[in-house]
Amino acid sequence: MDFPILSIMLAIPFAAAIACLFLSGPAARMVALGATLFDLALGILLWLTFDIGGAQWQFTERASLFAGFQYALGIDGIALLLIMLSVFLMPICILASWDSITKRVGEYMAAFLLMEVLMIGVFAAQDLFLFYIFFEAGLIPMYLIIGVWGGDNRIYASYKFFLYTLLGSVLMLIAMLWMANAAGTTDIPTLMQYDFAAGAQTWLWLAFFASFAVKMPMWPVHTWLPDAHVQAPTAGSVILAGVLLKLGGYGFIRFSLPMFPDASAQLAWLVFALSMVAVIYTSLVALVQADMKKLIAYSSVAHMAIVTVGLFAFNAQGLEGAMMVMLGHGLVSGALFLCVGVIYDRLHTREIARYGGLSINMPRYALFFLLFTMASIGLPGTSNFVGEFLALAGIYRVSTFVTLVCTTGIILGAAYMLYLYRRVAFGEQKNADAARMPDLNLREWAMLGPIAAATLWMGIYPESFLAPMRSDIAMLEARLAPVSPHYDSELAVGTPRERAANYVVAEEHGSEGAH
Amino acid sequence: MIKIIVFLPLLAAIVAGFINKSAPSVVAKGVTTAALFISCALSWPIFLTYLGGGVPATVEPVLQWVQSGELRFDWALRVDTLTAVMLVVITTVSALVHLYSWGYMDEDPDQPRFFAYLSLFTFAMLMLVTADNLVQMFFGWEGVGLASYLLIGFWFRKPSASAAAIKAFVVNRVGDLGFMLGIFGTFWVFGTVSIPEILAAAPGMSGATIGFLGMRVQTMDVLCILLFIGAMGKSAQLGLHTWLPDAMEGPTPVSALIHAATMVTAGVFMVCRLSPMFETAPVALGLVTFIGAATCIFAATVGTTQWDIKRVIAYSTCSQLGYMFFAAGVGAYGAAMFHLFTHAFFKALLFLGAGSVIHAMHHEQDMRYYGALRKEIPFTFWGMLFGTLAITGVGIYHLGVGFAGFWSKDAIIEVAFARGTELGTFAFWMGIFAALLTSFYSWRLMFLTFWGRPRWADSEHIRHAVHAGHGEPEEHNPAIQEDAGHDVSHHVPSPNYEAGTGGYHPHESPITMLVPLGVLSLGAILAGQLFAPAFLDSAAFWNGSIFYNEPLIHAMHATPYLVKYAAAIVMLIGLFVAWLAYIKDTTIPEKGADQLGPVYRFFYNKWYFDELYHYLFVVPAFWLGRIFWKFGDVGTIDRFGPNGIAWIVEKGSVGAHKFQTGYLYSYALVMLLGLVAAITWVLF
Repeated sequence: MDFPILSIMLAIPFAAAIACLFLSGPAARMVALGATLFDLALGILLWLTFDIGGAQWQFTERASLFAGFQYALGIDGIALLLIMLSVFLMPICILASWDSITKRVGEYMAAFLLMEVLMIGVFAAQDLFLFYIFFEAGLIPMYLIIGVWGGDNRIYASYKFFLYTLLGSVLMLIAMLWMANAAGTTDIPTLMQYDFAAGAQTWLWLAFFASFAVKMPMWPVHTWLPDAHVQAPTAGSVILAGVLLKLGGYGFIRFSLPMFPDASAQLAWLVFALSMVAVIYTSLVALVQADMKKLIAYSSVAHMAIVTVGLFAFNAQGLEGAMMVMLGHGLVSGALFLCVGVIYDRLHTREIARYGGLSINMPRYALFFLLFTMASIGLPGTSNFVGEFLALAGIYRVSTFVTLVCTTGIILGAAYMLYLYRRVAFGEQKNADAARMPDLNLREWAMLGPIAAATLWMGIYPESFLAPMRSDIAMLEARLAPVSPHYDSELAVGTPRERAANYVVAEEHGSEGAH
Repeated sequence: MIKIIVFLPLLAAIVAGFINKSAPSVVAKGVTTAALFISCALSWPIFLTYLGGGVPATVEPVLQWVQSGELRFDWALRVDTLTAVMLVVITTVSALVHLYSWGYMDEDPDQPRFFAYLSLFTFAMLMLVTADNLVQMFFGWEGVGLASYLLIGFWFRKPSASAAAIKAFVVNRVGDLGFMLGIFGTFWVFGTVSIPEILAAAPGMSGATIGFLGMRVQTMDVLCILLFIGAMGKSAQLGLHTWLPDAMEGPTPVSALIHAATMVTAGVFMVCRLSPMFETAPVALGLVTFIGAATCIFAATVGTTQWDIKRVIAYSTCSQLGYMFFAAGVGAYGAAMFHLFTHAFFKALLFLGAGSVIHAMHHEQDMRYYGALRKEIPFTFWGMLFGTLAITGVGIYHLGVGFAGFWSKDAIIEVAFARGTELGTFAFWMGIFAALLTSFYSWRLMFLTFWGRPRWADSEHIRHAVHAGHGEPEEHNPAIQEDAGHDVSHHVPSPNYEAGTGGYHPHESPITMLVPLGVLSLGAILAGQLFAPAFLDSAAFWNGSIFYNEPLIHAMHATPYLVKYAAAIVMLIGLFVAWLAYIKDTTIPEKGADQLGPVYRFFYNKWYFDELYHYLFVVPAFWLGRIFWKFGDVGTIDRFGPNGIAWIVEKGSVGAHKFQTGYLYSYALVMLLGLVAAITWVLF
């Protein structure tokens, strides 16, 4: 690859971030929007030029830095899609912050642009330590976004966010050091083929798990998420739910599964158990929330549990389903937070009871909100259905019990989301100020419209998204095949019955009369 | 052609939804109604082609959908006999309901939205019946669920309407859980979700066992039961029926289209579509028979006690669906589909007729405030009468004439008897008893509404209309508004007004509402007579699209005369009792209710299912949610997790404001130190 497109995608927001620090508010907004749109254009170019079925790693760039330290970038189909998700959501986040952020605009935009650099970097990094830098440094802008531009209780939330993630990442760093030493390389593609000793795998797996489970987040290390979401500004929530939560899943798919397949198989029960608890537990908690953002945050935990069970099904359906849930959830939960932001900007409250009857004065808004609500509960034809369906189909083979428990999520999900929608959009207009709120403006259309289109596209023609990752998933499936679990729904073919269940002995044709 | 039939309603829905209120509502109404009439006009020729028999199935691919490993399914439109039957049912009833809604919804400000939803529903339903694989069926399944949710909650300002909408969706999702698990299981057993391939391979799996929830079970039984749970949800069978009566919160045309003629029959359609698969699963079929029979009797008992005219018809629908299921359960899929077909016409007729009554009675739905409407709204009366004659199965076996229900319902009762198994006999008796109750509640409805003396004066709706002077019924349509001008007695109690009318004069509905009643009346009268030979007796007609059990049909025709006349006898008994109680001596119902006491209350309160589920599921869910939140997340995880650490840190005398920034730096420091260590280690 002569044209270092990945490096340019990193460099542009980085340069824009520095520029924003020195610019006035309005100029910073324009620069940020321009830079993110440019990155989106590059992302589309990346997607179009990505050779499906070609080399596993494409657009690779390599440069040795000081002390044997590698600057190595490159993407496969999985990384490509997650990069697309990031660059797609970024301009929308800038738009979402257009009017609502009024203090320290330059710094705010810089934080977001830096965030974009780090997110693209995380998915493109091919060196263990480069990945680590991007992975952990991403927390800093997020931490600042919550802590500086957040709500009333932002200090507590940012502290909690930080504390959880720190504990996990220390263990991961230690594991990475051990791996680099044992394997003698920090190259991720090489490590993905490297067979670590079975005994060591367990410890390494657990160390990575500590970090990814928090990021995911899995029960019971999820409690940072509702607080972080509630306190974060709208765009912060969008990025948090849209991309940062995917780092955990990406970590599993890039590190835990291919690098430690034995340990993954051995500890799959732990993942299943935590995920099953998460689906039921957090769905029920979501049901009783009075704060919109908290409700959606808890629903995210439940959806991410479907991702983890899908990943640990070890088959193509489960893995592809998990990826599709990640992409779909990135779009849909991001859009739901935007929907909350739209009315928060008007009324400055997230309390569900303060709204009601919005279908009357905001019909267009109600339509978008409905679409994303339906997508969130996995209605066929929307992005989340494809993912959830595949992930659950994958896990069915491994364990019918896990599938049964996780599939109850579709009932509970419908209950809490429709209950939310009813309280916000249906009913009488109880509050005069809520009844006066105007419908969507052009800027909000520009935020919600593209996500709605993408959601339907993923639901109706998901091949665009499945095709780039097919060979990567197949490779991962092959890597996991030796440790593939025992199927509890194993089929034993017996002798077929000769007759249909309602077989009736044919009588002589002597029927009386005919109907 | 099939693409036009299916996608035209979608296009119309999008256009109508997009235009919404930016143009006069007549545009949205015109576009959607025209689209449906075109779809309908294109569907009948397809059906008539198949009526001749021997026409093979066609599959028209549309778009690739999902391919993941060996799991692959695409968007495609399949047409065979079974689909053709559903096509005419859906498009005909839908087109008529669109037309009817011009009159019924005339005064509603949100008409474009209403018509867009109706067309969207039709599209989803058509996708369901043209599905060539289980996942597209599931798409249609959920799509109709969405449309049903939107239409039940159409009057979303009413808390009861939005509550009913959620209930419908969530209860259906319980069924969908089974459906989804069924699809997963089917995929892993057969390696495909394509319906024809599954049906071809199903007999070979009839002896297979499979693991399920840690048990070893018969493969086909468990798969079919899972799929049937989905059917139970959508078709409101006992246990998952609670949403259907509440769904009556939606506008009446919706009840006619979705909750009588089409969507609720999707479960029956699914069992018939998969009939070769179900025929390999005796236990599952036993369950289908049992649930069907139990539902048909349960819903009929409740129907006899309700006062709301729409609820009576809703329970009647539930009961008739039970008939269809037990017909399928005993192997008479043709009879099940035939009843689905005739029921669509006469039940839509009854609902639209009820809508016309409600329209005339100024939105009063309680039959206690009706009476003597026969003369006031004669067209509606005749329509309802034909519907009642059809549902109660009026006909004479030896003359070979009868209304639609006579042909289909009697066939089901006979076939259950002819099947001869214990469950079949159980279903037969339940069917006979339910037929008695059907006759009773149907005539009760008719007598309370159209006969007797007017009891309108006590209705709040009517009083409101009279006192408001120019009540809403006059605004319903221009024709009546005209004569309201010169007929003052409509509003001012005249000296010689009949006691009980409260000075109110009901009006016949406008022509847009009467035409659908007329067309459906024709269906209720003729559908049985015309199509019985094809649906019941012709293997060539079905041409392999369902499992056709020829010997069973012969056995059905050979049942004794007593069985053949049993339904007619109980129908007359039901009619007689209803006449006795609601015409002859109107004190009987009250006395009867008193005497039966607990039984009456048990029926009147719908066997207490709603209360049971409320305390069994809804209350515990909210309670558990609160417990998990307050004691799990806040009380345990946070308390001993982050807050505990914060407490320790604070005790370590680090100022709160200090650790905000302090931690950021120490964090960066940890990272930096780690990297330095890493590099040294790797180099070393």
